[in-house]
Amino acid sequence: MESTRPENRLSARGIRLGYGDRVVVGRDQGLDLPVPDGALTVVVGPNGCGKSTVLRALGRLLRPSAGQVLLDGRAIESMPTRVVAQHLALLPQSPTAPEGLTVRDLVGRGRHPHQRWFSTASAADDDAVGRALAQVGLTDLADRVVDELSGGQRQRAWIALALAQETDLLLLDEPTTFLDLCHQLEVLDLVHSLVHPPQVGQGGRAGRTAVVVLHDLNLTARYADHVVAVQDGAVVASGTPAEVFTEELLEQVFSVRARVLEDPVAGGPLIVPLPARHAVVLPSGAAAPARATDQTTDQTTDQNTDQTTDQNTDQNTDRNTHPLTAGATR
Amino acid sequence: MSAGLLEARGARAVRVGPVSARLHLRMLGAVLVAAALLVVVVAVDLSRGSAQLGLGDVVGVLTGGGEAGARFVVTELRLPRTATGAAVGALLGLSGALLQAFARNPLASPDILGVDRGAAAGALLVILAATALPAAAGPLQAVGVPVAAGAGALATAGLIYALAWRRGVEGARLVLIGIGIAAALQGLISFMLIGARLEWAAEAVRYLSGSLSGRGYEQVAQAGLALAVLLPVALVLGHRLDALVLGDDSARALGVGLQRSQLAVLLVSVAAAAAAVVASGPIGFVALLVPQVALRLAGSAARGRPPVLLSALLGSALVVAADCVGRTGLFFALSNEVPVGVVTSVIGAPYLMWLLVRRARGRTV
Repeated sequence: MESTRPENRLSARGIRLGYGDRVVVGRDQGLDLPVPDGALTVVVGPNGCGKSTVLRALGRLLRPSAGQVLLDGRAIESMPTRVVAQHLALLPQSPTAPEGLTVRDLVGRGRHPHQRWFSTASAADDDAVGRALAQVGLTDLADRVVDELSGGQRQRAWIALALAQETDLLLLDEPTTFLDLCHQLEVLDLVHSLVHPPQVGQGGRAGRTAVVVLHDLNLTARYADHVVAVQDGAVVASGTPAEVFTEELLEQVFSVRARVLEDPVAGGPLIVPLPARHAVVLPSGAAAPARATDQTTDQTTDQNTDQTTDQNTDQNTDRNTHPLTAGATR
Repeated sequence: MSAGLLEARGARAVRVGPVSARLHLRMLGAVLVAAALLVVVVAVDLSRGSAQLGLGDVVGVLTGGGEAGARFVVTELRLPRTATGAAVGALLGLSGALLQAFARNPLASPDILGVDRGAAAGALLVILAATALPAAAGPLQAVGVPVAAGAGALATAGLIYALAWRRGVEGARLVLIGIGIAAALQGLISFMLIGARLEWAAEAVRYLSGSLSGRGYEQVAQAGLALAVLLPVALVLGHRLDALVLGDDSARALGVGLQRSQLAVLLVSVAAAAAAVVASGPIGFVALLVPQVALRLAGSAARGRPPVLLSALLGSALVVAADCVGRTGLFFALSNEVPVGVVTSVIGAPYLMWLLVRRARGRTV
């Protein structure tokens, strides 16, 4: 799983990262992280685990003290900053725009790696900015000042800046932080549509490769093609959301006791944290609403609210990450 | 929204072969107005003084005509001073515009950060040495003062940058450290003055208050040359500044070599401040005030940072106007002329207080 396949355009190989003398990532053994092409990879992990640090290294903002990041087979450190920016766009955590900047001007700065000081408004620049604005749905607001926008619109404007760079690789560091649920979904829907564009066959652009750092595990499960769980500067699991989000992993990495059910809407794993860390016995009422959408099998489970049934369900979940589909076919 | 539509119509892409730029009509208008203002202020300044001339006489002389008397007054007595003031003002405006964009902070200007006090301390050292060694005074004044001022400004800026560096330079930290350095340099300057003989100190104090009195064509040439070199460089750097104002990480993600670009911006800004100090002594508040006025005049056409060219033009007009007021005693009604630096302080100090109050209330300026 961890071996770097040659087809990965972007991958980290045995990197060790830190600030000053403090090693944050890859302390014992360098961190490997192959980024699957054409997929939406989400990096998750508890606060301070080094996930943003890894993203910064993938985007060449941080130089590894050991190992290297490869972009198209070349060490990213050996490439000029400008050339890297032509292949890879990175949106840092909570960026701030200077006051009075319009959306169009902000997005236009994404053209920087393609511009020279004497050429700052070519026709190609205008086209790219127009496309990026359309993709994030801000064409009508292009001449508004960025500070006047809502949080979600502002984040979309910054994503448009990254899109105007016209790179195949897109790195986003916590693009949903400080956004309410509606705007979080808005941003993630956008990122998902960039990776899996709806009209590839009709002259649309092929899908991009995105690496996103997220905090919300259920949104991760919903949107990610590939999940990388980072703990204490090391990758502890990677794979599909269903492969990564097991109850053991949640307890081990996030110190959260949780049930993993099947998402009744999207079909992936649905993480339901247990009420408190010390609660060994699941209160009978707590589990019911999560499964209420299903039919009779579950209701029988709920009626038998003694401990044994609960443990049985637990075991089911362990063996099979899709307990509800299993139940439905029964 | 209607304002937004106007803005959209207010920008035109100009493309000639591989060269392209976006022309914002509001910026163009502001630049033209500032240039016209500068011309008017210069004409008025040239006409006023102990020998009152009409604006017609001034225009006549400047266009190559005029009678001999007016010609002498304008070209020999007043023009060098006015031209020095114009060049110094432009250098200060440019310096402030770059530094404020660099630090993303309206308080970052060479006078607040102590960069021009560093230049003044260097220059002062040489002035005192020149007064003490009359034999070597000529070369010391001509070469020593600019070199020492430049070195003083660079050393100050270098020190501030080094102290403010923590995996990047944060504007507020830069400003706080700069204010501390400025205070320390003020102490150093006072120390030098106390140690100096009275007549030397008098000469030095006149210099330190920022005065255009008695400036000749050497100063015009010096400051003009500095401006001719630094202004085009600053305009070219503007493209990188546009990325730098988005923050360190964003700038690097956009392919900007961060340290190199920051260093270039800082160097040009410091060089401009030092050149201004060499020509006129430290004239306070111009570099602080003018870029923010320019930013507001240009509105969204400024695109998020103080515009360099407009700041230079406004700085120019402000210094010439302030010197005219100080020289002719327009509102002080004093018989002695007031140094231009005093006049700009009278305007600038209330602005600084307003700025601090606004920031204290948590509003970004």
